[in-house]
Amino acid sequence: MSRFVNRFTVPLAIFAVLVVVFAIGIKDSPDKDLIPSPLIGKPAPAFALPSLTDPGRKVTSAQYRGHWYLFNIWGTWCIDCRIEQPMLLRIKQTGIIPIVGLDWKDDPKDARSYLKQAGDPYQSIAVDQDGAEAIMWGAYGAPETFLVNPEGIVVYKRIGPITERAWAQDILPRLPLTSTPDAASSS
Amino acid sequence: MIPELGEFALILAMLLSALQAFFGIAGPALKRDRWMAAVLPAVSGQFVMVAVSMGCLITSFVNNDFSVKYVAENSNSALPLFYRVAALWGAHAGSLILWIFLLAFWSIAAAIGTARLPKPFASRVLGVLGVISFGFLLYTLATSNPFLRLDPPWPDGQSLNPLLQDPGLAAHPPVLYTGYVGLAVAFAFAGAAMLEGRLDREWARWTRPWTTAAWAFLSCGIALGSWWAYYTLGWGGFWFWDPVENASFMPWLMATALIHSLAVTEKRGLFKSWTLLLAVLAFSLSLVGTFLVRSGVLVSVHSFAAAPGRGEFILTFLIIMIGSALALYAWRAPLLKSEAGFELTARESFLLFNNILLVTACATVFAGTIAPLIAAPLGLGKLSVGPPYFNPTFLLSVLPLMALLSVGIHSRWKRGRLGNRSRILILTLIASAVIGCGVVFGFFTGGRVLSPIGVTLGVWIIISSLIEPIDRLRRHITIPRAVLGMTLAHIGLGIFVISITSVEAFTAQRDVALAQGGITRLGAYQFQFEGVKPIQGSDYDGVAGTVLVSHDGSPVAVMRPEKREYFVQHIGTTHSAIYMYRVSNILVALGQDLGDGRWSLRVQVRPLVTFIWLAAFIMAAGGMLAISDRRYRIAQAREPAIEPVGAVTRSGAG
Repeated sequence: MSRFVNRFTVPLAIFAVLVVVFAIGIKDSPDKDLIPSPLIGKPAPAFALPSLTDPGRKVTSAQYRGHWYLFNIWGTWCIDCRIEQPMLLRIKQTGIIPIVGLDWKDDPKDARSYLKQAGDPYQSIAVDQDGAEAIMWGAYGAPETFLVNPEGIVVYKRIGPITERAWAQDILPRLPLTSTPDAASSS
Repeated sequence: MIPELGEFALILAMLLSALQAFFGIAGPALKRDRWMAAVLPAVSGQFVMVAVSMGCLITSFVNNDFSVKYVAENSNSALPLFYRVAALWGAHAGSLILWIFLLAFWSIAAAIGTARLPKPFASRVLGVLGVISFGFLLYTLATSNPFLRLDPPWPDGQSLNPLLQDPGLAAHPPVLYTGYVGLAVAFAFAGAAMLEGRLDREWARWTRPWTTAAWAFLSCGIALGSWWAYYTLGWGGFWFWDPVENASFMPWLMATALIHSLAVTEKRGLFKSWTLLLAVLAFSLSLVGTFLVRSGVLVSVHSFAAAPGRGEFILTFLIIMIGSALALYAWRAPLLKSEAGFELTARESFLLFNNILLVTACATVFAGTIAPLIAAPLGLGKLSVGPPYFNPTFLLSVLPLMALLSVGIHSRWKRGRLGNRSRILILTLIASAVIGCGVVFGFFTGGRVLSPIGVTLGVWIIISSLIEPIDRLRRHITIPRAVLGMTLAHIGLGIFVISITSVEAFTAQRDVALAQGGITRLGAYQFQFEGVKPIQGSDYDGVAGTVLVSHDGSPVAVMRPEKREYFVQHIGTTHSAIYMYRVSNILVALGQDLGDGRWSLRVQVRPLVTFIWLAAFIMAAGGMLAISDRRYRIAQAREPAIEPVGAVTRSGAG
């Protein structure tokens, strides 16, 4: 074996590769608000997906044209989503903005029984069992939440659970005083 | 004034750690006795300064000093005193202070423990620890200073995340960090050996107790975290393969491998370079785990808010620490020669398999944890990995490990004969299989293919671990504590295997909607819902449900699951009620108000789940018992007689 390539240098070489991966990871890191999503300011992906609660129906982006909505990517397997869930319920109670859920890489049966147990904060839930839709949104993990305006433009993205503070400081101020379809032009 | 004092003490600690690192490493290299003599005062001074600094931060928390940003963000005047103190490690900056304090504590312990070892070696150990301390202190001061002030101060704080206001979680970080940081000592021993270019059997004996101690704390810390997740997240899960959980589990797997390979190096003078590599990797994985959690590259339930610069800083630190350790390894390890050979079925082989399987298990967990990071740059799209990946791949390497264990502990060093033990081993395997299948098919219905195998292996590990001690007792031979500790740890592992098999296979669970007086059944258990009533705590209010549980018609317990709403943070939490009945945990979680007095409830019966954590504590107790063995103390007491450098390897005193 040569002096520089032998079994004792392998760990160092592997480590060097890892460092490169980590460096790229930092560059692309979904730094909670700090690095904006490439989608911000661009149209949200159009979707037409089966509904979780009513499998015969479809949940489509067209239904939300002209309305503000939060697009929330979640799954029953995701612990952060469970932590976020009570906050979503409170948002629902305020009646300010509807939440559209994307049940990501999940067993619909689990999802339905979870929502029955924990409460359903969503106006409608689209099923994304193979994860294809979440990729369109550039979702890195769950939960991720997108604020979409009446023109279908993504104006804000939140990685990780929506906290009280994120709701008060990042989401509410972006909404018009009364979030009717016409008020959307104020954004 | 107090926060400024804390910050000042932290700066002094950083300067002292730089001195400790410099004198510790340069002293022996340049053969300056007086430099080496300066290391101990530097270590002590650093410890005192870090303790003062942490004391200042605790004081600010206790006094509700909301002019300190970190206190204002993580505490609140309504918080009970106990949690105001525990809030210290509730977020990023304070938990770094805890980490640094524990590192200083281990350093001073290492200074005392190595006082009788050859001076240059002890000095290098403390020097390497100094480098680590310096890195963390610089990191804290540069990016995560917890003493920054707010102007104007907040009238009241934001409070600690209610999920973290829990005795289990208050204890979890200090214990876990003690384990993490303890691995730094093993790393420092490896660093010192590489700087010296010399590693003998004595080195292994010096390193073993430190590694085992760190491993024991790590075991307890992981168990505490899992226990917390089980009863606070409210859904009865206990392990989620979350990146942060993996970050603590990978060093544990490496440390387990290290403990076993150190045994070979001490007894037989083999596996030297391999042991060295494991010692480096175990702590490196702690550092990598820190990086993954703190830099925000992976999203996790535990992740701390990321801030720009933190990730880059830790990565630089990783490159310096791990990179130089591995470079040193590539340079020095080829010099190490094994002292003997061994036969294929000798104990050395079994321990080699143990190491290969543990490292493989660790590698699969590592691959799954960083898969999202690797997939993205390679253009493989977004990838997320969960239990469907981790469970089978992990089992693939762990099952053979469990099967080999029972045979391996009866193998001999060097020679490949099991001798008269082979018959008793086969007998115990048959007995275990009968017990395993009997339990699985007799008491439970359903289950999976793997469950009889799991229970059989678990029972076999316990029984075969007992053969040797019982044999020695019968022949009136004293059992050294090291052997007793190993036996206890293996019994703990056996219990762990049985209980995790049982939990995975026989958990029964149901989600129901019940009105007052409504009844649901789960096997022989009956749950009767008696409605909810409001409750009031010091910083929360909420509702508590009442559920009457009976088993085969006889009452078992009155359970009161709660849903709490914390005032300050407006966060709701679920406090499931858990009751241990015979060997099963009954869990009732209160879900959502469905109106008209109807509530959704989750009821769950998990057999043996408590034994998972109990098993971890038994393993840790085994480790602690092994450390107290005479040979480590005697060995150290004799040390001054040995000429420091170039000492010829002698056999261990045990």
